[in-house]
Amino acid sequence: MISEAEVSRVALLARLSLSADETKKLAEQLSQVLKHFEHVSKIKTDGIEPLVTPTDIEEFWREDKVVPVAHASEAAMQNAPEAVGNLFKVPPVVG
Amino acid sequence: MNILTSSLKQIRDSVVKGEVTAEQVMQKYFAQIEKWNPRINAFVTLNEKALEQAAAVDARVKKKEDIGPLGGVPIAIKDMLCTKGIRTTAGSKILENFVPPFSSTVVNRLEAAGAINIGKTNQDEFAMGSSSETSAFGISRNPWNLEYVPGGSSGGSAAAVAAGMAPAAIGTDTGGSIRQPSSFCGVVGIKPTYGRVSRYGIVAFASSLDQAGPMTRTVEDAALVCEAICGRDERDATTAANPVPKWSQQITKNLKGMKVGLPKEYFSDQVTPETRKAVDKAIAAVKAAGAETVEVSLPLTDMAVSIYYLVATSEASSNLARYDGVRFGHRADFSKKPAEDLAEFYCRTRGEGFGTEVKRRIILGTYALSSGYYDAYYRKACQVRRLMRQQFLDAFSKCQIMMGPVCVSPAYKIGERIADPLKMYLNDIFTTSANLVGIPGMSVPAGFSNEGLPIGVQLLSAHFQEQHLFNAGTVIEEALAIKELPHVLQ
Amino acid sequence: MSYSDWEPVIGLEIHAQLLTESKMFSPDSTHFGGADNEHTHPISLGMPGTLPVVNKRALEFSAKTGMALNCKIRKKSVFSRKNYFYPDLPKGYQISQFDEPLCEHGYVDYFLDGEIKRVGITRAHMEEDAGKSLHQGDFTLINLNRAGVPLLEIVSEPDIRTPAEAAEYARTVRKILRYLNVCDGNLEEGSMRCDCNVSVRKKGTEKFGTKVELKNINSFRFVEKAIEYEIQRQIDCIESGEKIIQETRLWDAGKNRTFSMRGKEDAHDYRYFPDPDLLPVTLDDSWLAKLKGELPELPLNRAQRFQTEFQLPAYDSFVLTTEKALADYFEETAKLAKNPKGASNWVMGELLRELNEAKIDVEKSPISAKDLAELVAMIDAKEISGKMAKDVFADMWKTSKAPKEIVKSKGMSQITDSSAIEKIVDDVLAQSAQAVADYRGGKTKLFGFFVGQVMKASKGQANPEMVNQILQAKLKG
Repeated sequence: MISEAEVSRVALLARLSLSADETKKLAEQLSQVLKHFEHVSKIKTDGIEPLVTPTDIEEFWREDKVVPVAHASEAAMQNAPEAVGNLFKVPPVVG
Repeated sequence: MNILTSSLKQIRDSVVKGEVTAEQVMQKYFAQIEKWNPRINAFVTLNEKALEQAAAVDARVKKKEDIGPLGGVPIAIKDMLCTKGIRTTAGSKILENFVPPFSSTVVNRLEAAGAINIGKTNQDEFAMGSSSETSAFGISRNPWNLEYVPGGSSGGSAAAVAAGMAPAAIGTDTGGSIRQPSSFCGVVGIKPTYGRVSRYGIVAFASSLDQAGPMTRTVEDAALVCEAICGRDERDATTAANPVPKWSQQITKNLKGMKVGLPKEYFSDQVTPETRKAVDKAIAAVKAAGAETVEVSLPLTDMAVSIYYLVATSEASSNLARYDGVRFGHRADFSKKPAEDLAEFYCRTRGEGFGTEVKRRIILGTYALSSGYYDAYYRKACQVRRLMRQQFLDAFSKCQIMMGPVCVSPAYKIGERIADPLKMYLNDIFTTSANLVGIPGMSVPAGFSNEGLPIGVQLLSAHFQEQHLFNAGTVIEEALAIKELPHVLQ
Repeated sequence: MSYSDWEPVIGLEIHAQLLTESKMFSPDSTHFGGADNEHTHPISLGMPGTLPVVNKRALEFSAKTGMALNCKIRKKSVFSRKNYFYPDLPKGYQISQFDEPLCEHGYVDYFLDGEIKRVGITRAHMEEDAGKSLHQGDFTLINLNRAGVPLLEIVSEPDIRTPAEAAEYARTVRKILRYLNVCDGNLEEGSMRCDCNVSVRKKGTEKFGTKVELKNINSFRFVEKAIEYEIQRQIDCIESGEKIIQETRLWDAGKNRTFSMRGKEDAHDYRYFPDPDLLPVTLDDSWLAKLKGELPELPLNRAQRFQTEFQLPAYDSFVLTTEKALADYFEETAKLAKNPKGASNWVMGELLRELNEAKIDVEKSPISAKDLAELVAMIDAKEISGKMAKDVFADMWKTSKAPKEIVKSKGMSQITDSSAIEKIVDDVLAQSAQAVADYRGGKTKLFGFFVGQVMKASKGQANPEMVNQILQAKLKG
């Protein structure tokens, strides 16, 4: 149902490196899981609005006010794996 | 007073009365952790400032100041919740050394109520699992039998409370992750109505399903913690404005007039006889208190697991995209072999940082959302989710609560199920629906299996009707509560 | 503009940064300039557990803009996640709007080559901006100050047919945004960005050609140049038998050409789905009506009103409505002076010239509308001549004093008393007897000489018309 090539394609979309063994196992396991899902597709849902938030909640918005963060740059950089000054450093980006 | 088996209410009241100091309480629990955590592995990180914070509570007691409804109570916090200045890992290598510069709202509210964070508990990685076997920091063990799983994903929290390492803990529940380990470990656990508890600062797994909640020794304790943590948070747009009742003060054991629905799909042959027996005992207890049972039906029950895994993994695949080694978290070592391009930078970092189960779910979720599959999988699942919700609303027109098993069976041996993902997933059949439709659910201890493993009974109510759960839960507790620590630890 | 039998098809995607104090979903500052990663909050950094909450003002600005673009505003719109990986995108997804955007099905009218043209607006939706990448060769540095700033993305229908139309459409949208005070429209700084979609087809065909997206265009001039280049490039390609590749190309201002972005990944699958952290945005009629009531008169409407109400020529009306503040200034001057044409001349002439030279906006003008109106009224009442007024204006610019005050202190009042002028003329003629004789003998060019002498003698204050009249009469003899 889901081939190894599909798994590799999706893994790239999700930016996950997988070993050949992992790819093979995933293809098998996910095919099983997806096959089990087939019974859901048989349920009639014409005109049914998809449900995202499961509880009736009143929406609210935020006033346009700045809430200062003390030592914001330090807090931002505190867990940075690599940095130059207060900027995050990553490999060169092309395009 | 045996501190290790006291309720948090008893502890708090004793501290206020001066019968014991908060520092003494904390020391007792630390001693238990020191003795048993190496084997049980409930805790990943301990709060080095806990004793200091306990001493501060004692200072307030001396000055006769109000220490709060949870004053002096040590609470274990699942490692899914950000704690400022204290490492927060979500059970994952990719956050192994992440120290958040802020705390989650739940932690802030607990501290405002006087509670003290005793430490961060172990869990399945990113809350993805039902056995606490996928943690990057070792498995956790069931205090009732160390060869058995404590359940998951909040296995560390459940084990901590069951083993007397903390009087209470916070867990998170996305598809049953509070209720199932509570059942496996013989503690009380509740997932409140979706929207009651702020998700701000809680590492997101599935945004429309996650809720944090207490895991405690008594139902009253669970109500007290809920009062402290529930309520709208302006930093979480999915929190409800509904006022938070003083549940603990309104508990009644008179269930006259209460209708208890028994969903026929929850009493199938899948359920083991021992589980059935425990559930029946609990039903008998509520009937003795005046409740009446009625049969109800939830025909979409056998779709619940499929829908859950489609929706949860889709949301998770997006929620976990931020773990990329750019601003925080694990980054692969590129010093010897640099990344050829940006894609490789991400792939190696994430491929290394995430465990197998997490990768499996990310792939599944990405697939379900991808072009060509979105309508058939994700959107379809959301439509059926709405139908499910309607079924529950219909059922609750006939009853105030529903009762049934939490799981088909009690805890199983470590290593027994981890190799078969689909089989693992299908175990969640009775718990996932509550998350999908947003209703609250509670697990209360109802007995033991022949092998001496706890079995919980599940109580469900309509949205915002947690009082019924606390009431019925108290009745069941009175009849069937576990009062001692596991024999293994004595 | 002619492309023989080819027809260019152009659509523009404009991203406007909204002038809110705080970001779209978090309470950190949107202000430009700030130390590296200073205007950040854990939410903008995508830290674990952080959640978005909608900025009410961003919503207001977006709805108002949609109304000004004649769009239908959805009563229920949804935020969706656009999933992709890039270092300046902290969450690994951008919160945007996909199948239920806030604004749809609108249009913008603009004026070009003497006629009003219309471009359809497909949609305008809200989203958050990404951070900035600084490419340093061996590595890239990421600054997230900009991550999370509110954006309104305005997508036009492919109704545009020439580069000049594209530029004028973009200028008009910018004008509207500035009138509403929701965006400052600065292309150079990037607070407004124009991406252009260009394709060509044979005239008379209905099917669209393959479209190419152009980016990195940071002025209206470049909008025209980039599109012009691209049209030609595509025509040349097709005519030499090549196929147009659907791609994104960058405009190179230095080399005056577009070029393909290297290292492009295969087509993105953004996996849009409704963001479960945000409830759908539902707007009620009364709130929308209130917003509509707050809309100012839009630039094109105002220009047209200046033409009908004040009888100003089209060109003038467009100059005066370039900026709302300028239009306000002009209109106040016109009303106070009771002379729109006079006000228009002074605003478009002297005032704009000084403002441009000093590089300041009309809001900072040292001359108030009230004072300029007074100046115009004084000319109309013949208290001073037009020429004198120029000197007074210069003084007003330097000192910000009122014209009446300046005229009084300098004793500059215009002489309009005919007997006084007669006396001056008599004196001048008496001193220039020879010239008078020559004039009467046929050298009519000498008239200017006499005028000059009279003006000199009166220190420039004699009313020129009266001088002319009286001189004429006296010279007749």
